[in-house]
Amino acid sequence: MDLRTKYLGLHLESPLMPGASPMVDDLDTVRRLEDSGASAIVMHSLFEEQLTGEKFATIYHMELYADSYSEALSYFPHANEFALGPDQYLEQIRRIKAAVDVPVIGSLNGVTPGGFIDYAKQIQQAGADAIELNLYSVAADGDEDATSTERTMIDVVKSVTSSVEIPVAVKISPFFTALASFAGRLETAGAEGLVMFNRFYQPDIDIEALEVKPTIHLSDPSELLLRLRWTSILSKRVGMDLAVTGGVHSHEDVIKSIMAGASVTQLVSALLRHGPEHLVRVRNDLIEWMDQNGYSTLEQMRGSMGLSRCPDPQAFERANYMRTLHSWTPRK
Amino acid sequence: MGLRINTVMQTCFFAISGVLPREEAIAKIKKSIEKTYGKKGKEVVEKNFAAVDHTLAHLYQVTIPAVADSKTTMPPIISDKAPDFVKKVTAVMLANKGDLLPVSAFPIDGTWPMATTRWEKRNLASEIPAWDASICIQCNKCAMVCPHAAIRAAVYPADSLAHAPITFKATDYKAPDFKGSKYTIQVAPEDCTGCKLCVAVCPAKDKSNPRHKAIDMVPQEPLRNQERENFEFFLSLPEPDRSKIRIDVKGSQFMLPLFEFSGACSGCGETPYIKLLTQLFGDRAMISNATGCSSIYGGNLPTTPYCTNRDGRGPAWGNSLFEDNAEFGLGFRLSINSHQTIAAELLKKIAPQVGDDLATAILLAPQDDEAGIASQRERIKALRLKLRVNPSVDARVLESMADYLVRKSVWIVGGDGWAYDIGYGGLDHVLASGHDVNVLVLDTEVYSNTGGQASKSTPMGAAAKFAAAGKTSPKKDLGLMAMAYGNVYVAKIAFGAKDVQTVKALTEAESYRGPSLIIAYSHCIAHGYDLSFGVEQQKLAVDSGYWPLYRYDPRRVEAGESALQIDSVAPKTPLGDFTKNETRFRMVERQDPMRFKQLMAANKEHAARRLALYTEMAKPPLAKAPTNGHVAAKEN
Repeated sequence: MDLRTKYLGLHLESPLMPGASPMVDDLDTVRRLEDSGASAIVMHSLFEEQLTGEKFATIYHMELYADSYSEALSYFPHANEFALGPDQYLEQIRRIKAAVDVPVIGSLNGVTPGGFIDYAKQIQQAGADAIELNLYSVAADGDEDATSTERTMIDVVKSVTSSVEIPVAVKISPFFTALASFAGRLETAGAEGLVMFNRFYQPDIDIEALEVKPTIHLSDPSELLLRLRWTSILSKRVGMDLAVTGGVHSHEDVIKSIMAGASVTQLVSALLRHGPEHLVRVRNDLIEWMDQNGYSTLEQMRGSMGLSRCPDPQAFERANYMRTLHSWTPRK
Repeated sequence: MGLRINTVMQTCFFAISGVLPREEAIAKIKKSIEKTYGKKGKEVVEKNFAAVDHTLAHLYQVTIPAVADSKTTMPPIISDKAPDFVKKVTAVMLANKGDLLPVSAFPIDGTWPMATTRWEKRNLASEIPAWDASICIQCNKCAMVCPHAAIRAAVYPADSLAHAPITFKATDYKAPDFKGSKYTIQVAPEDCTGCKLCVAVCPAKDKSNPRHKAIDMVPQEPLRNQERENFEFFLSLPEPDRSKIRIDVKGSQFMLPLFEFSGACSGCGETPYIKLLTQLFGDRAMISNATGCSSIYGGNLPTTPYCTNRDGRGPAWGNSLFEDNAEFGLGFRLSINSHQTIAAELLKKIAPQVGDDLATAILLAPQDDEAGIASQRERIKALRLKLRVNPSVDARVLESMADYLVRKSVWIVGGDGWAYDIGYGGLDHVLASGHDVNVLVLDTEVYSNTGGQASKSTPMGAAAKFAAAGKTSPKKDLGLMAMAYGNVYVAKIAFGAKDVQTVKALTEAESYRGPSLIIAYSHCIAHGYDLSFGVEQQKLAVDSGYWPLYRYDPRRVEAGESALQIDSVAPKTPLGDFTKNETRFRMVERQDPMRFKQLMAANKEHAARRLALYTEMAKPPLAKAPTNGHVAAKEN
């Protein structure tokens, strides 16, 4: 069975890859992912904000009480020994590159244009084959309108794509008023891939303690539907490679994503729940299904259910449930 | 840059002093910044550069007028109400003019008057807690965690409010034990250090606006005068009868702290334990203190935070060398025993003269609780009246030591550097002696006072001086070593995680008529985080299984139970949730992530093995074990 696919100019053995997650922190897990058939390794995001925050916090707390008491001049060993930059992240890219044969995709979430460019360059130097730009931010500032929020994002994409040679994919949230238009502008800005969609950490509320609780919950397949709709709408409309992430758990989810027009699918929750070896099961089920249903290549099904080819394109565009009257619209 | 002003002040100095040409000096400062912080990232360097540039941009010349015409005056070093000695000696030293004092000004025998920190009025906090009585649930946790005894709780009769200042806050007391009383939480505005631990621990939130709690931080300056007056009035309120107070977290905070306003760091994790100790037993405590933080803030000339109650009773405190503090404390015990023996012999001898009933009552008094202690004090008072009119030599001698017939509480206090390392030999010797002493180890897991050197208590994977790459061996299990004797009361406590257990452990240790050892988790500036999160970190230390809570009480064996009871639940949060917040661990992770991971895995495994052992030890014994036998004879 030919499962080969092309994503960001990379020739991949299958559309199955782990999405950005802490799984890459452990080299053994990374090897198990490769052994289980991961066609690429996606790094978790290097968060510029966290990096800068940790840097300041560490130095602040080390120095806060220095030279303050007559009994001691400092309370920590000299800190010249250790680095506080992104070295750890970059080192992990190097280690993973050395450990596996499949492509490695670095991931980056910046806050400043300068930070984005610097870190993207460093990720490239560390040996990443591509970069996934994570444009996650919560637009909570009432004074910043949609136009300027989007302009900032487009500027970031432009600056990154023009400063690195490796291909850049952009991972976005579904919260755009005119997603189809925005996707087109991302492409113009140089993005070669679009990853849909980011799943956010969503704070919960503890009703007894009256506190905000940070929560991380794993995805379930129902979340796939939103991705299918937008993949289908954007497939053929944009030239970028599409990746589906969020809600991909089984071979059926993979098939649906590819039929909607995706080049690859990224799995996280299913792998965290069942282990990296779950990829083997999905791959085997995929091959078996394709075999039973008369497919010999993945290419045959790619985009078959995209907006331009599916039998009922309006179904993807309708916002509300409507009783479809067969006699009202002519059969396509 | 936070509270650090060195970069700013250094820039000012070189900009105006002319030591070097200004441009050259500034360039050198920046070069030095680059050297110090280069490895930490350009953001850090740039932030320091910005501090230098902003300093130069905001450096203004201040013109000093020919004549001082300001109406503002410096407040006096200490209040006029202070005792004579404080005015004549302490105040001079506080004014940094101690060199002018003649030798004759100092106490001849090295004993210094107590309760002198209260005259310092350091006014350190720009923000102090303010109390909202309408939300408060009267749990007293704020007072319990306060490292400086600067926020206090009181329950008192309503008529005490007759002469209260207008702004003094009071509300009806809610619990049935002192029904009909009034209740107040009061801040000492000029003694509070603004650490926010009270706000962090306060569980009472405004239901419509949870950001507002029963305690909020507010600017100090506008409240200073008003709250100074309120605090003074608060101190005049009558104290409840100690024998009627329930000994728990809430009750303990209605007892007067006899350790107040020390010079410990803002947010210190050690002093809440010492304060609690003085509230529970301070009026009859004798404390031997190892050198370390607790000896510095405990007796930092010219002031001491140890104080006395209205009857003039308070802890007797002394500081010994690092290496012999446990022996020093055992000496207290032996000396008390000798005095008691002599006093008892004399009392027996002159019993017919003072009354057989009184003598017998004194000699057989149980003295196991506050009521027992209070009754014994009454008896001693009666005895003294009889002695006063007795012309015999025996009566004179007994008069001088009659107070020893009231039970004393001996405490041996120090840090982990003392207990785990340098003083361990002595500590072991004292625990093995079987004598009735109580050891309180304020465990910060490093030599805090000398600047964070590793001790045997430092956890695996934490950075400390002499273990810059992270300590590779696990923390010594001092508690387990003491348990091995079988007749030592041992407890591991953390007030931020389970304050109820802290109070229980202190009370049980004190009531046990043999050696007791309490190991108390003490958050510290050498851990590297904002200490207002001290309570949360203590919770995480316990919840992650890093710091299990337990009490090992040899008395339980006699009741057919296991001596050991584990007071914390099985680990429920990852160890990383605890370690990630502390610089001591983060430094190691940044140096070598893989190594840190291995050290943390080993740390976790060690904790699991330790818990498994404790769990096995805590199982009920199959048959009733024989008593340990070698507990010392009852010592008072």
